[in-house]
Amino acid sequence: MATITPAQGELQVRTLQRSPLSRVRGNLGGMLGRPITQAILKAALTIFVTSTITFVLIRLMPGSPVEIKIDELMQQSQISYAEAAAQASGLFDINLNAPIHEQYFEYLGNLAHGNLGNSFLSRGTTVMSIILSVLPWTLFAVGTGLLLSFVVGIALGLVAAYRRNSLLDHAVSTGGSIISSIPGYLIALLIVLIFGIQLRWIPITQMRGAFTSGITPGFTPEFVGDILFHASLPITVFFLTHIGLWILSMRSATLAALEEDHVTVARARGLTDGRITTAYVGRNAVLPLVSQFAIAAGAVVGGAVIIEQIFVYQGVGLRLVASVNQRDYPLMQGIILMTTVCVIVANLVADLLYSKLDPRIGRAGGATGK
Amino acid sequence: MTAAASVVDRRDVSRIPAPLAGVVEFLRMMSRKPVGLLGLIGVLFFLFLAYVAPLIVPLQDQVDVSAIYAKPSWTHPLGTDFQGRDVVNQIVYGGGDIITTAILAALFSTLIAITFGSIAATVGGRLDQLILAITDVALTIPQLILLIVIAAIFRPSSFFALAVILALLQWPALLRQIRAQVLSLKERDFVEAARSLDLGLLHIIFREMLPNMRSYIVIHFIIAMTLAIYAQAAIMFLGLVPLSGKNWAIMLYFAYNQGALFFRDSFFYLMGPIMAIALFQLSLVWLASGLEDVFNPRLRS
Repeated sequence: MATITPAQGELQVRTLQRSPLSRVRGNLGGMLGRPITQAILKAALTIFVTSTITFVLIRLMPGSPVEIKIDELMQQSQISYAEAAAQASGLFDINLNAPIHEQYFEYLGNLAHGNLGNSFLSRGTTVMSIILSVLPWTLFAVGTGLLLSFVVGIALGLVAAYRRNSLLDHAVSTGGSIISSIPGYLIALLIVLIFGIQLRWIPITQMRGAFTSGITPGFTPEFVGDILFHASLPITVFFLTHIGLWILSMRSATLAALEEDHVTVARARGLTDGRITTAYVGRNAVLPLVSQFAIAAGAVVGGAVIIEQIFVYQGVGLRLVASVNQRDYPLMQGIILMTTVCVIVANLVADLLYSKLDPRIGRAGGATGK
Repeated sequence: MTAAASVVDRRDVSRIPAPLAGVVEFLRMMSRKPVGLLGLIGVLFFLFLAYVAPLIVPLQDQVDVSAIYAKPSWTHPLGTDFQGRDVVNQIVYGGGDIITTAILAALFSTLIAITFGSIAATVGGRLDQLILAITDVALTIPQLILLIVIAAIFRPSSFFALAVILALLQWPALLRQIRAQVLSLKERDFVEAARSLDLGLLHIIFREMLPNMRSYIVIHFIIAMTLAIYAQAAIMFLGLVPLSGKNWAIMLYFAYNQGALFFRDSFFYLMGPIMAIALFQLSLVWLASGLEDVFNPRLRS
């Protein structure tokens, strides 16, 4: 930085002040400029685009599932193309004779009513009801793992930054970087392989499913304990795969926050270390991590697919793989949409939390502004 | 701030004229941080294993019924698989495809991100907002889930097709970062000068800005490779791509689905591909973090 001239420094400051996001907000102005309105508009746009993508994927691509299904029906039951197409349109809940744009609008209309169509395999079961029966388990495991890793990771990152270059710092940072580089599903496999098979410490076969079959659901200690027992391995993996990210991000954010002038001033004012750590350093350092948390939520829902597969945990990921193997396209489509909605909700919550944590946000910038 | 710092430093490094001196200087700087050096050694080792070792070691893929799930021994240091084939041999032959796919996917996604990220930042206005909106949408859809469905529908059989699909899913994060970089470079004197000389958009992007982001792009190329390996190993492990050819992830698929998990003797058969993928990922991440320090003198202290 030594070679930067004062003029360049001033230029940089100007760049910082005119952040891209504030420019966007300036252009839209008024009501549209409010962060919450913007976030909701963005969410609606995302859902719309995602549903269009799935429509194109399932319906329009050459060799699309609809075409394949018609061929399949024609061969299976020796019926004409028209009859097969009629059956297929019943299955996919679309009118194949209508022009494409009408089919598209009908599809969007159905979605607006929360109608994701019927599952291919279990006739009469709506995709929505299947997803609603598995999604809570995934959200529970993913959410618990992610929150635990966030809390523990932030604490470790803060401590590591305060004791920079100590043995603890090196151990925590190196450990964090190793564990966050290894794909989560490999960690899951290692757990099964080492602790389940070789050492036999963990009864992996008993831990399959979301809960033991036969147990009565309810808010009883047995049931809650059983749920935690079955979710503990997925939670451990989600915890391990993300803790490194929080440790490393928090460590560098804290190091940056410690160099700020207002921290030096706070020390000079004789404030206690505890007060400086929480109100002056920790709070500023944790801010950028909140938006990272929302991004991680999206990635972890995707990563959950394979982890649920490995532990045979009855969540949305296990269901997705089953639907892929059985070519249950309406269910696949529904799962893409519903997981996207989950990520959007996570993003909205992060945006709101961010503006609560950072009072400056009312004026300019949002959680996604970098 | 970091952008400016890396720019300054990159110039210092490239001022050394002879290419050999550059390499020596690079290694000297890398060796300051053991993690970066370990990453470099690891990546070189795996590249050697994947591209050179198959030329030296003969392929052994005959089925040997007498040696199914054999214990590790001198002839089979990591044991054998469900058809009695040597595990070490499969590790040697299983790196090429996965690494080539990762390099291609990283290349394509970096190209998409650079092109549209810099256009968005330099042109600005409506176009910038449009590109940013598309990026945000793409970032929100859980990528692995979309990838699984796309792979199930299209069944990509060549690693080229797989790389294209991977690239189409993983450009958004990099695009945002490139855009932010270009936005900060845009205000600098030399870009202002180029603009006032009316040198044209393409000239400004490719001749003025990109050379200043070279270090940044290299690091993100490596990160993009790790993402591509993560995603392709995931869909291969689920058995969603036609399982032809030799590949660490396909090995893992067979090991897992042929029940090797429950043979205590085939511990190393499963550990082989797991460790190969995990260590290669770790090497890439460490190389990237080492390079970050070399390129960014502010972090070095």
